[in-house]
Amino acid sequence: MRRLAEGGRIDRSQLLNFYFDQRRLQGFAGDTLASALLANGVSIVGRSFKYHRPRGIMAAGPEEPNALVTLGDGALAEPNLRATDIPLQDGLYATSQNRWPSLGFDVGATADMLSRFLPAGFYYKTFMWPGWRYFEPHIRRAAGLGPAPTTVEPDPERYLRRYHHCDVLVIGAGPAGLAAARAAASAGLDVTLVERDVEPGGSLLWRGGTVDGMDADGFIAGLPPLRLLTRATAIGYYDHNAVTVLEHLPPGGPARQRLWQIRARQVVLATGAIERHLVFPNNDRPGVMLADATLHYLRRHAVACGQRAIFVTNNDTAYDAALALAEAGVEIAAVADVRRGADGDAPRRARERGLKVLDGVTALATTGRGRVSAVRIGDIGGGGGRWMEADLVALSGGWTPTVHLHRQAGGTVRWDEGALAFLPDQARQAQRSAGAAAGAVTLAQTLRGGHEAGAAAAAALGAEPSVAAPVAEGCHVAAPRALWQVALPPSAGKQFVDFQNDVTAGDIALAARENYVSVEHLKRYTTLGMATDQGKTSNLPGLAILAETTARPIPEVGTTTFRPPYVAVTMGAVAADAVGEDYQPRRRLPAHDEHVAAGALFEDFGPWPRPAAYLRPGEDLDAAARREARAARAAAVMFDATPLGKIEVFGRDAETFLERIYCTPVAGLKAGRIRYGAMLTEHGVVLDDGVLARLGPDRFLLSPSSGAALRVHRWIEEWRQGEWPDLDVRIANLTHAFACVAVAGPQARAVVARIAPALDLSPAALPHMAFADGVVAGVAARIARVSFTGEVQYEITVPASHGAALWRLVQGFDEITPIGIEAWLRLRVDKGYIHVGSDSDGTSLPGDVGFGPLVARKTGDFVGKRSLLRPDAVRPDREQLVGLVASDPAFVLPVGAQILPGQGVALPVPAIGRVTSACFSEALGHGIALGRLRGGRGRIGDTVEIYHLGRRLTAQVTALPFFDPKGERLHG
Amino acid sequence: MSRYSFLSLLRNGLNHHRRWPQAWRSPAPKPAYDVVVIGAGGHGLATAYYLAAEHGIANVAVVDKGWLGGGNTGRNTTIVRSNYLYPESAAFYDFALRLYERLSDTLNYNIMLSQRGLITLAHSRHELEAMAAWVNAMQVNGVDAEAIGTDEIRRMAPLLDCSTSARFPVLGGALQRRAGIARHDAVAWAYARAADARGVDIIQNCEVHGLIEEAGRIVGVETARGPIRAGKVVMAVAGHSSVLAAKAGFRLPVTSYALQAMVSEPVKPMLDVVLLSPATGVYVSQSDKGELVFGGGLDLYPSYGQRGNFPTVETVIAGLIEMFPGASRLRWMRQWAGITDVVHDSSPIIDRAPKPGLYINCGWGTGGFKAIPAGGFTTAHLVARDEPHPLASAFTLKRFETGAMIDEAAAAGISH
Amino acid sequence: MLLIDCPWCGPRDEIEFVCGGESHIVRPAPEVDDAAWADYMFMRTNPKGRHAERWGHVHGCGQWFSLVRDTVTHEISAVYRFDQPRPAERD
Repeated sequence: MRRLAEGGRIDRSQLLNFYFDQRRLQGFAGDTLASALLANGVSIVGRSFKYHRPRGIMAAGPEEPNALVTLGDGALAEPNLRATDIPLQDGLYATSQNRWPSLGFDVGATADMLSRFLPAGFYYKTFMWPGWRYFEPHIRRAAGLGPAPTTVEPDPERYLRRYHHCDVLVIGAGPAGLAAARAAASAGLDVTLVERDVEPGGSLLWRGGTVDGMDADGFIAGLPPLRLLTRATAIGYYDHNAVTVLEHLPPGGPARQRLWQIRARQVVLATGAIERHLVFPNNDRPGVMLADATLHYLRRHAVACGQRAIFVTNNDTAYDAALALAEAGVEIAAVADVRRGADGDAPRRARERGLKVLDGVTALATTGRGRVSAVRIGDIGGGGGRWMEADLVALSGGWTPTVHLHRQAGGTVRWDEGALAFLPDQARQAQRSAGAAAGAVTLAQTLRGGHEAGAAAAAALGAEPSVAAPVAEGCHVAAPRALWQVALPPSAGKQFVDFQNDVTAGDIALAARENYVSVEHLKRYTTLGMATDQGKTSNLPGLAILAETTARPIPEVGTTTFRPPYVAVTMGAVAADAVGEDYQPRRRLPAHDEHVAAGALFEDFGPWPRPAAYLRPGEDLDAAARREARAARAAAVMFDATPLGKIEVFGRDAETFLERIYCTPVAGLKAGRIRYGAMLTEHGVVLDDGVLARLGPDRFLLSPSSGAALRVHRWIEEWRQGEWPDLDVRIANLTHAFACVAVAGPQARAVVARIAPALDLSPAALPHMAFADGVVAGVAARIARVSFTGEVQYEITVPASHGAALWRLVQGFDEITPIGIEAWLRLRVDKGYIHVGSDSDGTSLPGDVGFGPLVARKTGDFVGKRSLLRPDAVRPDREQLVGLVASDPAFVLPVGAQILPGQGVALPVPAIGRVTSACFSEALGHGIALGRLRGGRGRIGDTVEIYHLGRRLTAQVTALPFFDPKGERLHG
Repeated sequence: MSRYSFLSLLRNGLNHHRRWPQAWRSPAPKPAYDVVVIGAGGHGLATAYYLAAEHGIANVAVVDKGWLGGGNTGRNTTIVRSNYLYPESAAFYDFALRLYERLSDTLNYNIMLSQRGLITLAHSRHELEAMAAWVNAMQVNGVDAEAIGTDEIRRMAPLLDCSTSARFPVLGGALQRRAGIARHDAVAWAYARAADARGVDIIQNCEVHGLIEEAGRIVGVETARGPIRAGKVVMAVAGHSSVLAAKAGFRLPVTSYALQAMVSEPVKPMLDVVLLSPATGVYVSQSDKGELVFGGGLDLYPSYGQRGNFPTVETVIAGLIEMFPGASRLRWMRQWAGITDVVHDSSPIIDRAPKPGLYINCGWGTGGFKAIPAGGFTTAHLVARDEPHPLASAFTLKRFETGAMIDEAAAAGISH
Repeated sequence: MLLIDCPWCGPRDEIEFVCGGESHIVRPAPEVDDAAWADYMFMRTNPKGRHAERWGHVHGCGQWFSLVRDTVTHEISAVYRFDQPRPAERD
């Protein structure tokens, strides 16, 4: 292997240093890592998955099964990258994989020596005694490919996403794609052309040929305006012509990769075809390559992949490669053609130029240490043959059209016996295939097919190309001949089908013998096609061998499903910017900075970071919460209630509508007054509780709980539109338009009086469950008396832009203590107020949590009503909300503890309830809890046994509320 | 049945594996069977196996429109667990797990049960409380469960971001040590091989076009290979239950959704437990081959298309990276989807159908794999005895009328 | 990745919408028996093929509407408002 002095699309003026397994090597700009390794004479680049056999570079594109490396190290390491897809950069650092201690000497290769005992699926038949758990860790360590990540730090590099629409999306900028894009763009359409490679041209860049008398560069230069993306691989074809494309951005760009989601009116798939290898004993030795890859490396990178080559082929295409290599000075020992008397132009040309062509033969074996040194060429039936020396064995087993995207798009394929390939048949979406992807062989066919596909896409959009189809010289091609494996006994050596996963023809025969004859069973039992290359070279030979073994035609065996992504995609590129803080962006309270200044300890509640408590020096959360709770009972506290829902419902039928939405009465509520209520799902389950205020005859303001605001809004909107479109009702979710500060405590009135001096705050003028509109600090404000704490409480609502100012204003009073959500939630436990989602869950009916009497007062229908009549809803032993006090009153019962059905009962036993909220009550001086207990309301005064993480204790069942049962404080 | 063992592997290795017998036959359908099971997935095959093994009913056919194990059994993320809150669920799924624990021996096929433990993470104090309730309920129900702290989680999953700066910090978790993963295909193949050995006919590529009804009773199935009479017919067809029910003239409380799963490229061991995060909705484990196997929520609309949608992939992968920032530079290799039979309370239906002679096993939703042994065992019991197995008596159609749902997700207070 | 033609906004990507399940389910009066209520609450046609279903443009105009979608191919054959009947279908 060597670099030629001339030719190739490399820049010899730009010498690049790179590292492979810490060895410093050199290449040129325009190289891939693979071409540079070949130019440096590196034969072994990796080890296979199962048997750890040494492997070399086989292909030149995304089908490469062997040459997987880890790129970079530390936080920048990325495993399992194909050397064939990596443009060489200065300083590039690549490491081989799946070997220990080194690529040359790999302990794991003992698996190869034992391989006769490790056929497909061997693990299903053994390791059962004494137990899989004794074997699994060893198997896991031996498996895997590249190294696992070592860090919990974020990816140091960035990824972007982009949404894009176009008239025609052409995938693949080889001759077919270029012709298609040219036709569509010439029709005045908005065309996007994506190309996996670093430059457009496709096979023109290495197979050569002229288009309209021009070379690739000339033809490309003459294209009409269109959007071209290079290093951009279409990876998925989804419904309604949505295609995902992964674009690698150049070093120094805004990000490392960009994932496009492209919605195209028409798509042309010019995705080309992938050459197959031939299956024969020990066909995996380094130095055995695909024929087209040898041409690729020669013409693109000026690398001769060997000094003495033997080509083995079942079709015409390998002859061009053989001739080109011969011209470049590689000795061509022979072209072995499995056919007899192939009469195509290429074989004829090869014979004319003196290449030694052997007919009706194939490769039967290879030998060599580290790299192939000779190949046995003999009859395709497996007999005879003689050893021929060669350090390069170039295989062409025919071509597999890349129909992945066509299949992902729901298109069907048909088997073409002449082409020995599955070709696209019916399309389900607005797409068509062209060129080699559609079975074209010659450049002339490819160009014509591409142009026709572009013209058809244009025609579907009512446009017409203004250029004629490009032309190239035609040629005669002889049909390929099927030779899926060589009929030799297992002792002749392994015939590899799937190189990366080490699946052999023998494995396929074993699967067939054991009746794993579905192509899906074959795949799963042998792991054929499940490696990182996803079977690009191996799937068709594999299923053809299965067909041969089970004496079925290939189409009857069928293909496995083609699933996205076409090539594996860096996961960071899929997540793109949705990482870190932007994974699910937080929503900041208007007074966030004020909370920070006040010493808030934040906790997340849905999207909101909310102050759990305001810590003073030396305090932890509990100490702060207890102090804040005491302040609420003794003086006044202020609470940021901004996330509380604010949904306006208005229109002539607003009351009728809400009467149907709430399970509690709405009618009769006077303007200016507020009611507490709840709404149910149609299953009768408590969806949310909260207050609603009547702003006017036809106008209500709903205050669903903070976590439910969005859900409630969507839900009632769906009922309005879907069930009662006849009602004159409109709904507006104003939750985020306003900020709200609640002031609670015995001195709350005094505080509010100072900030809203114009308002009459006397209990007669503004009683509990009433509101008034006024002005606070020069801004329109709504002041509502409701209470979650059991104290006199005012909720002051102002536009969100004034939220911070309002907070600062209230915080300025000496008697005020800021209170966090922890103490706020504890205060309500004193009162036995439920917190939906804690004391109720998705099974709680209104009667279970205390809404029974209110619900009973309603006569009309409401959402969820009928479900409350079902047998399970009316059984007497439903879990009901009760109070619980531990037998040791100082003890706070743990939330989540289960209530057992009797003292000292043995487990397992069905629990009869559980503790749902608990805290130390500052007002009462002992621990209190809320819980759900079967038939609980009939068990007040009972002693029950509580279970928590192996401990047992007892508690008394009590009535609710614990504190101020008459509500004198909140009415005060 | 030729016995699989280390010795048989050695012996066959010496003759290049040329003498292994078929794992199961490919018989032609007989005109009539005592029982015809529609659907050769895990539940159908297990039902047939337990009919033969537990009830002496071996004159059974399992018919499938495709290949055995080709539906959800071969498409799931292979997690087995019994961490359920309700006594009915706990008893049922723990029975399944106990059968799984013996299954490789019972069926003489290594299903590679790996009881590596499953941690459900808690990301807030509210979730910690819900988790305490869950762990307590499991312990009270006799199922192994532990509440563990962040340090323990960090020790068990060193690459999980347990830092306080995470968008959803890890505050603790619930661990079921007996939970884990098993090789999904092997479960189907093991049941198929064992059922076949007991005389069950597994008839693949034999689509059921209709049910044969006589005098108001289902007495057989019309198939692509002709009519097959049956004393009793069982439908175990997961996401296609509604389609079959429609042929029999009734509806089910089932909606079919695509559930996606995906894998990364294989890497060396990096995660030794199964993890589930309620905040991201992502569950993830690492296969023995080295791939991260992960998934999230259902696709967002009803679907019979066995393919995944990209928005769900974006959500799930972003969630995975939130949990494992280091996974950003691993590569997503393959996505696929199964069609799940979702019912309102996410609990199964194992019951007689509204049509006599027809029996239903469905409603597994996203969690059918872990239930396979118990689903098959109790369905076989129902079919053989014509009465529900005590472990499955709550899982009937009647609950949709009475309202006696067994709604784990609703009750747990966290998604799972 | 559906492209849904919102009757008010025009074609938009599916991520702007939520699917609300089967359309044309009639909510019975509360007097019906448990079986009829269960039928309304839980029983679904769930067809493999064309399905009339409700969608809400919740990240757009907020409007709900119906469409007919093939549950296998995801082809949308009709989009119509709640005040319009399900269009007659061609095969």
